[in-house]
Amino acid sequence: MNQPISPETTTIAAIAALRAVLPRQGLLLAEEEVRPYECDGLTAYRQLPLLVALPETEEQVVAVLKLCHQLKLPVVARGAGTGLSGGATPVQHGVVLSLAKFMRILEIDPVARTARVQPGVRNIAISEAAARYALYYAPDPSSQIACTIGGNVAENSGGVHCLKYGLTVHNVLRVRVALIDGEVLEIGGGALDSAGYDLLALMIGSEGMLGVVTEVTVKLTPKPILAQVIMASFDDVEKAGNSVAAIVAAGIIPAGLEMMDKAATAAVEDFVHAGYDLSAAAILLAESDGTREEVAEEIAAMRAVLESSGATEIRISRDEAERLKFWAGRKAAFPAVGRITPDYMCMDGTIPRKHIARMLTCINELCAEFGLRCANVFHAGDGNLHPLIMFDANVAGETERATAFGARILELSVEMGGTITGEHGVGIEKVQQMCVQFSAPELSAFRDVKAAFDAQALLNPGKVVPTPRRCSEYRLTGTPREHP
Amino acid sequence: MSAMYEEHAARVRSATETRAPLRIRGGGSKDFYGGPLTGDILDMRSVAGIVAYDPTELVVTARCGTSLVELEAVLAERNQVLAFEPPHFGDATTLGGCVAAGLSGPARASAGSLRDFVLGVKLLNGLGEVLNFGGQVMKNVAGYDVSRLLAGSLGTLGVLLEVSLKVLPRPVTGLTLRLEAPQEKALELMNRWAGAPLPITATCWCDDLLTLRLAGARAAIAAARQQLGGELVEATEAASFWRDLRDQRRDTFAGDVSLWRLSLPSVTPPLDLPGKQLIEWGGSLRWFKSNADASSFREAAVRAGGHATLFRANPEQKLSVGVFQPLPSGLLALHRRLKQRFDPPGIFNPGRMYRDF
Repeated sequence: MNQPISPETTTIAAIAALRAVLPRQGLLLAEEEVRPYECDGLTAYRQLPLLVALPETEEQVVAVLKLCHQLKLPVVARGAGTGLSGGATPVQHGVVLSLAKFMRILEIDPVARTARVQPGVRNIAISEAAARYALYYAPDPSSQIACTIGGNVAENSGGVHCLKYGLTVHNVLRVRVALIDGEVLEIGGGALDSAGYDLLALMIGSEGMLGVVTEVTVKLTPKPILAQVIMASFDDVEKAGNSVAAIVAAGIIPAGLEMMDKAATAAVEDFVHAGYDLSAAAILLAESDGTREEVAEEIAAMRAVLESSGATEIRISRDEAERLKFWAGRKAAFPAVGRITPDYMCMDGTIPRKHIARMLTCINELCAEFGLRCANVFHAGDGNLHPLIMFDANVAGETERATAFGARILELSVEMGGTITGEHGVGIEKVQQMCVQFSAPELSAFRDVKAAFDAQALLNPGKVVPTPRRCSEYRLTGTPREHP
Repeated sequence: MSAMYEEHAARVRSATETRAPLRIRGGGSKDFYGGPLTGDILDMRSVAGIVAYDPTELVVTARCGTSLVELEAVLAERNQVLAFEPPHFGDATTLGGCVAAGLSGPARASAGSLRDFVLGVKLLNGLGEVLNFGGQVMKNVAGYDVSRLLAGSLGTLGVLLEVSLKVLPRPVTGLTLRLEAPQEKALELMNRWAGAPLPITATCWCDDLLTLRLAGARAAIAAARQQLGGELVEATEAASFWRDLRDQRRDTFAGDVSLWRLSLPSVTPPLDLPGKQLIEWGGSLRWFKSNADASSFREAAVRAGGHATLFRANPEQKLSVGVFQPLPSGLLALHRRLKQRFDPPGIFNPGRMYRDF
């Protein structure tokens, strides 16, 4: 086992062994077959894998992992490939382990309010299946029609309603996980806590670095009787930013609290005709849900706060159709921006809400500095920013400028007391900026966690946690972090 | 490093060198909880004070020796609360002990658990280094979620120095209702109501009485009260009822008989186990005051898909049957590997969670 194995021997051995354990069409080898797997939602990074394995059962997942472990082959697990940080970018000479065939909803228990599903089930499919019981799965990332629950677990995905309903980590009760050596663990359960360390919290958001999820039990939430959204216009982004803090200060936790700047509303309005106020410097969407009485009370309270915060126009959705129309623009913001620029890069820093206005000012200055446009879409309630930096990869130097622009935004996020990623994950994209946010001993602790699960670092290598060498190189050129 | 942490860091470094176990301790209010207490006391009470609190950010950061009573008083001034309602077990309770034990109170089933509200921690490791995980913002997925791993780890992975918690506005209004219901009926009602959009924030069943707490917008409470029925409990009595339940000061918890905590799926049917029972969390948490055999509780919990903790007992019983549900071999091995990585010399609270680490 300790003798070096040549890549060719490994490849031949791997293919033969995988053929034996996978279903007939479950092994993709030809270039044209593996090409669709060369990237995820972060299309700027592409890498052809050695092969793609498409197991259909947990036993097959285990067999693939055992084999990779034995042959020391890197493995990258993949759901729908909608991730925005390159968490599913293949590794050269490595295996892509697609969970696409795990599409079954195994059980919905309306009394216990849980759904047990396979990892390849799409986020929205859970809510659709639970709808007949007036229940739903609360986290709703914008990609929810395509992204899978397995990917959501890997990324700890959020959405536009997480200020009130939490992230994936708050809505998952149990996962079955296959470790790299093929051991299968049940983490969490049907109770609200479990004995020992909170390994569920550790698994969620671990970006496929610790294990491969083969089954998930999620918590279902009663559907609110009514939801209503306020759309407020502001002639100044600072006023809009401050109104967010004012709503919270009034003791209100809205179901959703989103902000878009002028560049974003312009792109969106052209695309979905949601009726956004194009003269506004920023618009705010503030949603209330609950019983009719609760919604009426909360909408009135939010309206009063928004008016006293200087909103120039306030519209309240009159019915469900109008509510969905107001949201349609927000949910389509990324594709809408995609229509007006050849390429864009989506940032994901999170900052304390009080710095939102300052961050917008800084981003505008950076636009001038780098000569690039940027549209801003914020989960304002959480302080989670999605600046969309627009560029053209075919123009020499623009990709580099956009990357540098993005790096500056992430560094500013850390400086303002925030984080480089709120919900998209570190992946391959932000691995350098981990050196800005974390000190050497902190990164070393992350490596320790990794080693406890995967000592040979075969699961998703090169993602999330930078090597010490990479950090020292980055620190020479980048901005070192000041430690308090 | 802040000078405030220097003394503790030096103690930890020296303990690592000599491999001398440390017993990390705040107010000592939970000395009764977990495995045997071994090692020299590392008193955290001097590491106290609120580091940052901005109500509009919904985040408070405080040092671990901060008194929980004091912290909650500061939040109350701004009409905010720790929504998971941590138990106090006496006025000496500190924030650090509260997070290390990871226990949540009556609001758990509706508001979420302590770990759900942990946003970040500052940790002292065995080398005396101060590490930061998570942060002070609502959403943060940079790196593994070590802060939530530390919640409930009983100080076995390192010394908590500071914690950042999400806080929430205090509900506008609330009331408590009480109705008669035998256990089976109460379980059915609690599960049915939890599946409907009702503002129920806590439930407690004991002696064929089901007590419900409602909180939220005024209009919603009034509407729900109509729907749920039952008798209104007078406000002062209600407040002390929920406080006593949270802190286990009710008669049900008194006396020398061992206290078992069974954490189960809420739909688990009534359990045929000996002893006085109290149910919380919509059926997910079942307390038994009983001197019956440990195996009956452990087996019943596993059969139902949950786990049983010997919450309060004499040291001999705890030593002989262990406090926490034994882990399946794969999970136990993973726990050992994590412990080994975080605390190679094994100096932090050894044996407090499981006998061998």
